[in-house]
Amino acid sequence: MNMQGTKLADYGFNTLSVHAGAAPDPTTGARATPIYQTTSYVFDDVDHAASLFGLQQFGNIYTRIGNPTQAVLEERVAALEGGTAALAAASGHGAQLLCFHSLMQPGDEFIASRQLYGGSVNQFGQAFKNFGWNVKWADGRDPESFRRLVHAKTKAIFIESIANPGGVVIDIEAISAVAREAGIPLIVDNTLATPYLVRPIEWGADIVLHSMTKFLGGHGNSIGGMIVDAGTFDWSRTKKYPMLSEPCPSYHGIKMHETFGDMAFAITCRVLGLRDLGPAISPFNAYLLLTGIETLPLRMQKHCENARAVAQHLSRHPKVSWVSYANLPNDPCYGLAQTYCPKGAGAVFTFGVRGGYEAGVKLVNSVKLFSHLANVGDTRSLIIHPASTTHRQLTDDQKTHAGAGPDVVRVSIGIEDVADIISDLDQGLAA
Amino acid sequence: MPEYSDDVIKKVLGSVKTIAIVGVSASEAKPSHFVMKYMQGKRYRCIPVNPGLAGKTLLGETVYPDLKSIPFPVDMVDIFRNSEAAGQVSDDAVAIGAKVVWMQLGVVNAAAAARAESAGLTVIMDRCPKMEYSRFSGEFGWVGRNSRIIDNRRKILGAGRAALARDAIGKGKGTL
Ligand SMILES: Cc1ncc(COP(=O)(O)O)c(C=O)c1O
Repeated sequence: MNMQGTKLADYGFNTLSVHAGAAPDPTTGARATPIYQTTSYVFDDVDHAASLFGLQQFGNIYTRIGNPTQAVLEERVAALEGGTAALAAASGHGAQLLCFHSLMQPGDEFIASRQLYGGSVNQFGQAFKNFGWNVKWADGRDPESFRRLVHAKTKAIFIESIANPGGVVIDIEAISAVAREAGIPLIVDNTLATPYLVRPIEWGADIVLHSMTKFLGGHGNSIGGMIVDAGTFDWSRTKKYPMLSEPCPSYHGIKMHETFGDMAFAITCRVLGLRDLGPAISPFNAYLLLTGIETLPLRMQKHCENARAVAQHLSRHPKVSWVSYANLPNDPCYGLAQTYCPKGAGAVFTFGVRGGYEAGVKLVNSVKLFSHLANVGDTRSLIIHPASTTHRQLTDDQKTHAGAGPDVVRVSIGIEDVADIISDLDQGLAA
Repeated sequence: MPEYSDDVIKKVLGSVKTIAIVGVSASEAKPSHFVMKYMQGKRYRCIPVNPGLAGKTLLGETVYPDLKSIPFPVDMVDIFRNSEAAGQVSDDAVAIGAKVVWMQLGVVNAAAAARAESAGLTVIMDRCPKMEYSRFSGEFGWVGRNSRIIDNRRKILGAGRAALARDAIGKGKGTL
């Protein structure tokens, strides 16, 4: 029997970034992963179709449920994170929706860190309320604040590894201990760190989420999200997660955890979430994101190197009152950054401009190289004044908690020449 | 979880032809049923064993009450029983001359495994043959499974038990 292949443990992170999940196309020999731009796939016969629809056999049915280009991307990210399986979605927010849909019933609660991307604060606090899913807010810097909020209806804990926009590094291991004691999964949004900097599963995460829109894709050209199943959580220990542990009416009564074992969560999000809610990624976006990931380690090195130099420069700048970047030795997160992300604290950070709201607005209006837009994790350097844009909808209290007060400017440092990045900020601050 | 090299598992799946599936369920919703149907699709002959279904037909094959009642040799015994019950089944597998004892995910009986190994059998525990087959054939990647395999050649069609062209053509990731 001709079975190629070697154990993955033999490969390092750079190799996985280029190769994991991909193999030459069996029909054509094409070496780059083809874009399977198709909606549907033929069945060999009625029995084959029945096996696929009944989940008795894996295979392609319809691109809302899965696609071969997407599948390579999923396996690649699962490998980089050290998970058992993964599921891509149309966006990071789509991935979050699918993730909670598999966990929550109306009236259930989950606990989230306040230190989150503003869009996630909205999704959890507003949109999810319509489903009867209730969020309780804890302080990401204080693991005990999560413990105090746990009770019978709590189904999960959600944190970001490096929080957007504040650049706060979260103590994943301490919070995972709270989740384990409570018998609930820990979900970590690893968007800003990427698995190059932090691998949350190694610190106790049960589910890892990504907005691949950011550093994973890395080129600011495609929206996409990912759910990675660590395979660590025992979904059948209680009846708290009926979608995973109880017979499933739309699949002849199969039980997802019993049938799919350590990849039950990823499969449930696909065959019950993606199938029925529909936020599928396009094959073309999957292709662009996959191509981006091939250079993830190289880009992240450069992003982090540039970010550190820019943060150091700003911390000495007379027009800057503070810089929140976990790789600066006097930062409150410096110790956590040394533990969780010794290779760098990412490339997104905030600083305070002297002169408050108006000074922040003036800076974003004056820069010439930085792009003023609502994204992070592009090859290009990006800048935004959250109080007047992304975090505008939040109350003043929420803004401050989310690290988006009136003087706060957020930058995402690109991979241009660092001297050019610094001189653009200097001229903008002088304006 | 016991550790097995990919080579050991590949050798098992590449050499056995007949698999007795002990504890197989008649319910289409049960993993044991999935496994039998899937392995049949890959051209393994699967013999169902379940005393409660003895004499009936399951997926086109006669069900036997136990291994010793099967009137012809089987190469591998796949055990869907709890770890304790797996001990007797494993001993029966030795007695009927099987070459491989395979205990399903979650099933581990080290003492029985040692007895089978000293009788010259290969023993795999706490694994699923369907999952392993899917992993090596590339099918696992279709659902985003981390196969832990990197492959620089296209899969060669027509070699091995599963290598029906229908399994490979047009599905993006090929087969064995
Ligand atoms: C940390 C984080 N999580 C999730 C998201 C949402 O992802 P998407 O925009 O791909 O829906 C973002 C987007 O900014 C983010 O920064």
